[in-house]
Amino acid sequence: MIEILQSVIPTTLFFSAPLIFTALGGVFSERSGVVNIGLEGLMVMGAFVGIVFNLAFADVFGVWTPWVSIAVATIVSAIFSVIHAVASISFRADQVVSGVAINFLALGIGVYLTKQWYGKGQTDMVSQPFFTTNVPFLSDIPFIGPIFFKGIYVTSYLAIIAAFIAWYVLYKTSFGLRLRAVGEHPMAADTNGINVYKMRYIAVILSGALGGLGGSVFALTIVSNFSHSTIVGQGFMSLAAVIFGKWHPLGAMGAALFFGFAQSLSVVGSGIPILENVPQVFLLIAPYVLTILALAGFIGRADAPKANGVPYIKGSR
Amino acid sequence: MKNRKFLLIAFMLTIGFVLAACGSSDKDKDNGKDNASGDKEGTEESADFSAAMVTDIGGVDDKSFNQSAWEGLQNWGAEHGLSRGNGFDYAQSNDKADYIPNLTRLVRDDYNLIFGIGFELKEDLTKIAEQYKDTHFAIVDDVIELPNVASITFKEHQGSFLVGVAAAKKTKTNKVGFVGGIDSPLINKFESGFIAGVKSVNPDIDVKVEYAESFGDAAKGKIIASNMYSSGIDIIYHASGGTGNGVFNEAKDIKKSDPDRELWVIGVDRDQHDEGKIGDHNVTFTSMVKRVDVAVEDVINQAMKGEHHGGELLEYGIEEDAISVATTNEEAMTDDIIEAVNEWKEKILNGDVDVPKTREETKAYVEGL
Repeated sequence: MIEILQSVIPTTLFFSAPLIFTALGGVFSERSGVVNIGLEGLMVMGAFVGIVFNLAFADVFGVWTPWVSIAVATIVSAIFSVIHAVASISFRADQVVSGVAINFLALGIGVYLTKQWYGKGQTDMVSQPFFTTNVPFLSDIPFIGPIFFKGIYVTSYLAIIAAFIAWYVLYKTSFGLRLRAVGEHPMAADTNGINVYKMRYIAVILSGALGGLGGSVFALTIVSNFSHSTIVGQGFMSLAAVIFGKWHPLGAMGAALFFGFAQSLSVVGSGIPILENVPQVFLLIAPYVLTILALAGFIGRADAPKANGVPYIKGSR
Repeated sequence: MKNRKFLLIAFMLTIGFVLAACGSSDKDKDNGKDNASGDKEGTEESADFSAAMVTDIGGVDDKSFNQSAWEGLQNWGAEHGLSRGNGFDYAQSNDKADYIPNLTRLVRDDYNLIFGIGFELKEDLTKIAEQYKDTHFAIVDDVIELPNVASITFKEHQGSFLVGVAAAKKTKTNKVGFVGGIDSPLINKFESGFIAGVKSVNPDIDVKVEYAESFGDAAKGKIIASNMYSSGIDIIYHASGGTGNGVFNEAKDIKKSDPDRELWVIGVDRDQHDEGKIGDHNVTFTSMVKRVDVAVEDVINQAMKGEHHGGELLEYGIEEDAISVATTNEEAMTDDIIEAVNEWKEKILNGDVDVPKTREETKAYVEGL
């Protein structure tokens, strides 16, 4: 049993971490009333910048390279997301269309620049990705230690901490209250002197930063290089986690962990005595079936922020 | 207001598409230069034959079979004094929807022989070949039964058998693993050959088989590898394209935190030595190399002589040097392992060993040991 947990939990954690970061980005954006289909594109941008920066500066920063890389990827993606903010907040474009454009644009830029700079369709593998570590002291705790603190990525725990910080920011600070107000009833917020546009800009840029962080963490922990198929659907899975988690940071984190757990179980399952005789195809579809069941049966109604997807026009009723 | 919205979005989409498309247009420019110099050579020694290929979505620089096929075309062209666009060419497919337009364009350009690279093109190539009955086609990695299409496949089971032998010689835990892309007859050939190779050396070695059901899911590959390595498996053979990136990633990660632990990955399609580098170590034990270039060159040369092999199934294996085992990692591939591999290679060439291709054949083979 311990052995099973030992293989399920660390894999769940590394699979989920990028999804948690990106889903938190989605929560910020959608809570402020801007639908963000562009999470996938923001992840692509983050993965691309993270890998390219890592390849270029591995000699300069040594073992700190992955950390600097994700920081740079976060900043670049935050800047990149301004496009989505300008289109959907200032120009009041359809937010879904603008998000889709972000997805196309990010992949286009990434693949194009990869071809220009490296002369091939994919980059080399980075020499300084994130490596798993054993947390000192904690990994010596019997039972819990080997399961939670041996052979894990520090980024996985950062993601979980980030979710709690996001929860605190959204629900315990005045900034968070304003951000949610803007997403529920922008006109009321405006009457109370909250700058709706500014709040929404901040939220979208935050989602860009977190999406970029998620993408770069995914690239630097799991894939190690960048190509057109590095990010395939992880952004949309994060979006699903946002909705699954009812637009709540901790809910989104739970949903992302659930996706990771189901994925991991589908692989590890064949080694678990009870599941040994289950045909592999059932294990393979299990993550998707579990998700549908959870969404349809147990979660109940998911209420989106009321003004989600509606551009705010000052003075209109 | 409405206009501005649409303009902006149209503008962004345009930039996206233009950038995505630019990757190939730049190469066309380079190619223009080549043409200028190549024209002279071309006219001096005209081969009077032309060949072209359509890539699958991997693209011509995928470091895998598209690239290898293109190298084969280039070699052939160089031998006959041709240059790109003048005697041979490729058409890049960035999307599945590009296959038919690319094939049609090459047919209209009157190429004598057109290759479709990869099983993904099967359906579209079949349609086009039915339409243009006078043009000769060839498909790599799949079979199309039409009188004007030659089907080029590889005896991957032979190569997989040989890396299986190497793995059996190398394993210390007597447990090895196989990670497949999609559970299909093609990948089953890899699996079958590998199992047969391992069991031929030592029937007691346990082979665990897992399929990721995707060729591009590195995360899944990493989870599978993590699970396999922690269960005591010390060598994983992957035949799973991009999913294999995750396998390499996991192996390197474990090696990094525990340099004394012996674990290996066996690469596929080409020599994946570069993927395995980690500090002073390299986790790539060997690779099952598929020389698509050898096959492509051979097929064109035969076609030049008028033998088009339309409707035939051409199988390339170790006899034609189209399948080989990489020995780049000299530290890992010790002399006695190479010797054992060569020994079994001889047995395959002699016909002493008939390598199984399917799970049923593998079962019979292993029982007969």
